Amino acid sequence: MEVVSSVKDRANSIKIRAGRVDKFVKVLLGFWALFVGLLFPLIVVLVLFKESKLAIDTFGLVKFLTNSNWDPVAENFGGLTMVVGTLASTFLAMLIATPVSIGIAIFITELAPKWLKPIISTAVELLAAIPSIIYGMWGFLVLAPVMGDKVEPWLQDKLGNLPIIGQLFSGTPTGIDVLTTSLVLSIMIIPFMAAVVRDSFNMVPAIMKESAYGLGATQWEVIRHVVIPYTASGIAGGLILATGRALGETMAVTFVAGNNPQIPKSLFDSFTTITVALANQFTEADTDIYLSSLYLLALLLFLVSFILLAIAKYMILRLEKRWKA
Amino acid sequence: MKKTALALLAVGTVAIAMEITGAGATFPQPIYTRWAAEFYKATGNKVNYQGIGSGGGIRQIINRTVDFGASDAPLTPEELNKHGLLQFPTVIGAVVMTYNIPELGKTVLNLDAKAVCDIYLGKIKKWNDPYLKQLNPNVNLPDRPIVVVHRSDGSGTTWIFTNWLSKTCPEWKEKVGFGTSVKWPTGVGGKGNPGVTNYVKRSQGGIGYVEYIYAKENNLPMARIKNREGVFVEPNIKTVQAAAAYAKWDKSKHFYQVLTDQPGKDTYPIAGATFILLAKDQPERSKKATTFFKWAYQNGDKYAEALHYIPMPSNVKNMIFEYWKENGVAP
Repeated sequence: MEVVSSVKDRANSIKIRAGRVDKFVKVLLGFWALFVGLLFPLIVVLVLFKESKLAIDTFGLVKFLTNSNWDPVAENFGGLTMVVGTLASTFLAMLIATPVSIGIAIFITELAPKWLKPIISTAVELLAAIPSIIYGMWGFLVLAPVMGDKVEPWLQDKLGNLPIIGQLFSGTPTGIDVLTTSLVLSIMIIPFMAAVVRDSFNMVPAIMKESAYGLGATQWEVIRHVVIPYTASGIAGGLILATGRALGETMAVTFVAGNNPQIPKSLFDSFTTITVALANQFTEADTDIYLSSLYLLALLLFLVSFILLAIAKYMILRLEKRWKA
Repeated sequence: MKKTALALLAVGTVAIAMEITGAGATFPQPIYTRWAAEFYKATGNKVNYQGIGSGGGIRQIINRTVDFGASDAPLTPEELNKHGLLQFPTVIGAVVMTYNIPELGKTVLNLDAKAVCDIYLGKIKKWNDPYLKQLNPNVNLPDRPIVVVHRSDGSGTTWIFTNWLSKTCPEWKEKVGFGTSVKWPTGVGGKGNPGVTNYVKRSQGGIGYVEYIYAKENNLPMARIKNREGVFVEPNIKTVQAAAAYAKWDKSKHFYQVLTDQPGKDTYPIAGATFILLAKDQPERSKKATTFFKWAYQNGDKYAEALHYIPMPSNVKNMIFEYWKENGVAP
């Protein structure tokens, strides 16, 4: 009798203890998730806002965003050139990287012979492990001379005289410009994009592909009408991940961008981005308004990234809905 | 008895060994670090210097978080008085014009303020411009576009360079002005001295401005610059020190003096001292810093010259010692 009750007690106390541990772990993990997901970004925004208040009060947010001057001597600061530079280089990099990444993913999942798949997969993933400063040095020492001496004069020769588009290829090709930067950026983001897209291609149920083949579809038709539509949200996810990386990239860009706060009118113009301006000027910003303007740039980058990613997320949700319907 | 004496001795030495902290300009960091190492060997006192940039150095000494701040550009007497700071120069540096014109071979390029100003304003676009030809009469300057390179990061080097242009070229003063970074009318920006040098080396027809030390260590071509007296002077220890020797230093203005465009036939015109900032209201901390710098002025010239820094002339050093005494921070 006594033995039974003591066993029962022990079982009970273990249950209670386990319940407590459960609760504790739940609270702890919940706190971490909340902190990393919500509180931390909030704190960052608050700090950035506090530090940039002087610049906001002095110039006004709208005026700062539309002013293309960046003149530390006259203390006249505007972020337009950096915002445009950031968006332009990111957009171009995405334009180059998206088809290439999807192509790589198609090759790996559908076309490559079995023994080649892991080799290419690993090789592409390894690209992601290269530190960004190495990309910058490579871009500056290897890619930029080739672009400046060979590729860009050729492009200018072939496309420079076309109406409208010709403007994009005007100016003196130096290799230190929007085009080279976007190329380097695109190479940096391809591994991220390709890996995510490949994973989602791999998740297409074999039965769907087989039934398409059974209906007499060619390999190209299967890829186009089954694989890509089925994985649209996965592809978009890869794009988002890559956009985030391209927006924030600093070291590689500072090597090949030319670091000029001007709005690029051609692909051969030098330019600058928000992160590059911050990295270059933060240490020597000697006046309060100068420093505050740099903080405001950082806040803008935060907002731009946030808005872009929010739009992308919304687009994925819509795509998914359309697919389920 | 013996034990207590030993213990006292130990406590004594611990109390005597100081730790001095400073932060600021990156330009003089190599020499401050070297001085600190030698100072530690000689006296057992530690100096911890962080090269966080002049802007950061100024902010830290204003907030009194360090014993001394360091800045490449001098603060004006008004700014110093506002924040209760003292200021004195330590070593001199120079800015040189380096270029990449393969046709020139070993011939050294001659430049003057108007030429450099017009090149950096984008008005002189080719190397065979009549004005450049006139400065270099017997040189075969090529028909090549000039690739203008400047610093992309904020820097004391830019401050000295643009200050020289502002003093000597009215159009520059009006359109651009001077500062650690400015709104450049033309050209591409390289990060740091290596960034500028790489852009210049890579583009035939390139011109850029870099620190004398960097150019010297990397054997870059350096142009002769025409000074106030109309003489083309090449940058070296003698010509840069001449700029500091002829300059009128003023203790009452806290040595606010920019060594650009100074008088003297043998003076190189684009020079500048780097400065130390002390808190006037914290004499004990400031005295620690002056102990270090007094040692450096008396014993450190050879280390400075080995690193291609130019030491202060002795008349200026004596003025600095007096300045410390007058302000109650002499070691």
